[in-house]
Amino acid sequence: MPGKDIICILCPRGCRIKIDYNVDNSSVSNITGYGCQKGLDYGLEELHNPSRIITTTVRVKNGELPLLPVKTERGIPKDLIFPVMKEISNIEVEAPVRIGQIIKRNLLNTGIDLIAGRDILKYNGDEFPDKKKKGAEAPVIE
Amino acid sequence: MEADVVIIGGGVVGTAIARELSKYELKIILLEKEEDVAMGSSKANSGIIHAGYNADAGTLRGKLNVRANPLFDKLCSELKVPFKRIGSLLIGFNEDDLKVLKEKKENGEKMGITGMKIVSGEDLFKLEPNLNEKARFALFAPSAGIISSYEFTIALADSAVINGVKIYLDTELIDIETENRRVLGVKTSRGFIKTGIIINAAGLFSDNIAGMAGDNSIEIKAYKGEYHLFDKKWGDYVNHIIFPVPDRKSKGILVTPTVHGNLLIGPNFYAVDDKDDLGVSSAGLEEIYQGAGKLVSGLDRRDVIASYAGLRAKTEGDDFIIGHSDLVKGLINVAGIQSPGFTASPAIAEMVVDLVREYLAREKKQELRKKDYFQSELAQRPVFTEADLDEWDELIKKDAAYGEIICRCEKISKGEIRDAIHGPVPARSLDAVKRRTRAGAGRCQGAFCAPRVLKIIAEELGLKPTEITKKGGNSRILLTETKGLLLQKGEYHDD
Amino acid sequence: MIDYDLVVVGGGPAGLAAALEAKKNGIERILILERDKYLGGILQQCIHNGFGLLYFKEELTGPEYADRFIKKLSGTNIDVKTGTMVVRINRKKEITALNSKEGLLFIKAGAVILAMGCRERTREAVRIPGDRPAGIFTAGTAQRYLNLEGYMPGKEVVILGSGDIGLIMARRMTLEGADVKAVLEIMPFSSGLMRNKVQCLDDFGIPLLLKHTISRINGKDRVESVIISKADENMSVITGTEKEIPCDTVLFSVGLIPENELSREMGLSLDKATGGPVVNELRETEVRGIFACGNVLHVHDLVDYVSEESEIAGRAAAAYIRDGLERREREIIVERAENINYIIPQKISFIDREREMIKFFMRVKRPEEDVRISIADGENKKLASYKRDLLTPGEMLVINFPEKLIKDNTEKIKMFIEKERR
Repeated sequence: MPGKDIICILCPRGCRIKIDYNVDNSSVSNITGYGCQKGLDYGLEELHNPSRIITTTVRVKNGELPLLPVKTERGIPKDLIFPVMKEISNIEVEAPVRIGQIIKRNLLNTGIDLIAGRDILKYNGDEFPDKKKKGAEAPVIE
Repeated sequence: MEADVVIIGGGVVGTAIARELSKYELKIILLEKEEDVAMGSSKANSGIIHAGYNADAGTLRGKLNVRANPLFDKLCSELKVPFKRIGSLLIGFNEDDLKVLKEKKENGEKMGITGMKIVSGEDLFKLEPNLNEKARFALFAPSAGIISSYEFTIALADSAVINGVKIYLDTELIDIETENRRVLGVKTSRGFIKTGIIINAAGLFSDNIAGMAGDNSIEIKAYKGEYHLFDKKWGDYVNHIIFPVPDRKSKGILVTPTVHGNLLIGPNFYAVDDKDDLGVSSAGLEEIYQGAGKLVSGLDRRDVIASYAGLRAKTEGDDFIIGHSDLVKGLINVAGIQSPGFTASPAIAEMVVDLVREYLAREKKQELRKKDYFQSELAQRPVFTEADLDEWDELIKKDAAYGEIICRCEKISKGEIRDAIHGPVPARSLDAVKRRTRAGAGRCQGAFCAPRVLKIIAEELGLKPTEITKKGGNSRILLTETKGLLLQKGEYHDD
Repeated sequence: MIDYDLVVVGGGPAGLAAALEAKKNGIERILILERDKYLGGILQQCIHNGFGLLYFKEELTGPEYADRFIKKLSGTNIDVKTGTMVVRINRKKEITALNSKEGLLFIKAGAVILAMGCRERTREAVRIPGDRPAGIFTAGTAQRYLNLEGYMPGKEVVILGSGDIGLIMARRMTLEGADVKAVLEIMPFSSGLMRNKVQCLDDFGIPLLLKHTISRINGKDRVESVIISKADENMSVITGTEKEIPCDTVLFSVGLIPENELSREMGLSLDKATGGPVVNELRETEVRGIFACGNVLHVHDLVDYVSEESEIAGRAAAAYIRDGLERREREIIVERAENINYIIPQKISFIDREREMIKFFMRVKRPEEDVRISIADGENKKLASYKRDLLTPGEMLVINFPEKLIKDNTEKIKMFIEKERR
């Protein structure tokens, strides 16, 4: 009977989950090694439909920081990770942003939203008074 | 473009000559192929001002060293470069070594070095408690000192600039034009410069430069020396520059405090073919660590914060080559300036001024005239030290940038970095800022401050952060904006 | 001279938790000094998740974890000075600091909590030979460029060291479109958490090469390639195993060092194994009323433990200020067996009738399977023992030791690890 070894990624313990399953209908015949109910659920999910929460950034306009950390509210199917990253790379949000704010709904029709991970205030322009732009191409010094 | 004198090379020799010549009524251009001065041998060496007892009295190396050593107090005070005359100890372990020590002492005294003495036994360990216990004798030379070689070089260049010398950075010499074995000018990546006098101070490449003019009499070989720099908590582990008895090739692996309070060990000595090869090797670093261990005991390598290598420019004949080219008129070669070249540089500069004077008189019937005014002093830039907290407080109240500490290891403020970026020879890269301010030279080696320094350079020069380099050329730090690669890839797939 | 009951040096997770806990325990005049522009420390750039499972019982990203503390803080009267660099602290608890708004600051504190965090070990610490071009970063610096500053530090990447930051950065760079060629680890085991190896490397097919190191970095201006080699058990390069990998970037994830320059200048003795000050169970250093917590004390694997430890320090500082600490006549020294890398605290100094457990944080030197951690007294009488299936140097081990097992005449206790007998 085919089996699969899965290392649980839910917490730092890293339990080694072992799953035996039936090839024909993919039904699980035995699962061991998980440390908790969540781990059991994870093991079964990982066998059939592995998914990952994506944490990344989106660009911010007029913010006091150039990037906003974001995360998907739930796991994204693994094979959609890069398409979703590409989708996210096109997003730009306008400051101010509040933590928990939904930045984009229903990423690639997964039904999963993208959530802001911190507050970003509007850039008030005080900090860097206008610099006289000195020619950088000035290696001739006189 | 036209100049009376074109100096090739912005190392300590080229910049010292530039500064010395800037005292006279001359139009001077200095060419440097890198993005900053002090990028060759002047960047990575021991930073020692030698007493001068090593080289034979009859050699230029000996004479110019002894002549130059006393000049550093005044020079460094004018140039606002830290210099400490801490003295050196040449360590002997047996009677044979003692014989060498005595010979060196005699040789030095013959050249006029004063104050040297042989110390031994308990007296020695009183001077240096952490010496290897097998040490028995030492030749003490009080006139030896420590300095930052690149800061000195940059200050010479700054001083030259404010006295009218033009420095062309990022400028490569393509060819030297001559007619009837007489210099007409130089072809550079920035265009042609007409000149009657070329001073070849191109360090490792001075043979190529002479060759361009048709003088193939020089051959320079590169000899690498590797170094370990220790954390500042080792800064007072030794009180003097500690030398071993030299072998015939070099002064050997030394141990010294640096002028900024670190401990430096090295260099070893071996030939390399590639004159740009500044890599460090495991074997080499092991060699210097072992070598240093012979002089002092108890070093702990875990506190090394930087390892690097420099190259010495040596000629076959072993002495400096300073003089008019025998083959090309108007070409003055200043080549093979190996150790103690750094120490000798102010005396070399004086000697070159005499050569220029003589050439002008002989060939052009011109007199070399002193300018009415020479600005010998550089302005003292603010440097944060914990000793002058009240003064610093006032400075912050005048300019808030001095209150924003950017480099936390060395405690360097945004104001100091900004000053360096707008100095006479401006700092335009992370390394250039580091050499002038020490931001990034501390124990974290810029892991913390590099992103912040980069941002300041970009802001001050009006550049994009992706344009800022580590050390000029193609050494960009950041390759694109975050998302840049994804967007690029996206566009590619959409096609 | 400004006067505060408590000054906390550092506004990262440790400083925030310590200050809040001191406030909760009745201290009114508290000041946090933070050198960065924002609070939150390194968490600001740790945008990945995996934080908070122990402390908040939910999974958060670094900025989310920090935000919880920062929000809590904004509801208090705790003073915060950001952009403020502490230059010196002396044993009389006088602090010299500076910032751009106020200039020099002289602060007198009733108690001090050191929470300066740690810094990354660099290429120099592991002595990787070769050239010194652009494109060499510590993993944390690269993380800052990528996640906070908004720039990609590289496209073709080799990572040396399998610490968690290195693994996290392998995934992060990959997600942003870089090609991470390999992660090298000189030891025969990964020094990061297993879950990070799985979700950061395995998920993306990034090879983890154990017992490998970089034997040379090549490149004049920018990194052009690295030579990798196999390493033997003494961590020496095995000649003849060299292989060249073209790349433009090398990241170093080779460990963290507690940042204790202020502590050293103050004359505090540091534990060679942790790199942090020697402390008692309340995280008090050898100077009474000066405490240390978080990564300045020892490098933690999880921020949750940093918060927990910092609350110990915060509570203790509060008790110290109120003069509510009862000291033992004689401190109990905590000794450790050879295979234990370090134990925090290094000594037990107080009598506390109310507490049930003393919490020990420790790390082992090498992986151990099926073992028992035991604690014995000075006469080698076993007091307690704990079974563990797997211990790795990458993971911190937490032991709760019942206070009641300590006798009045106990002078030392000793911890050791033994193979479980079956």
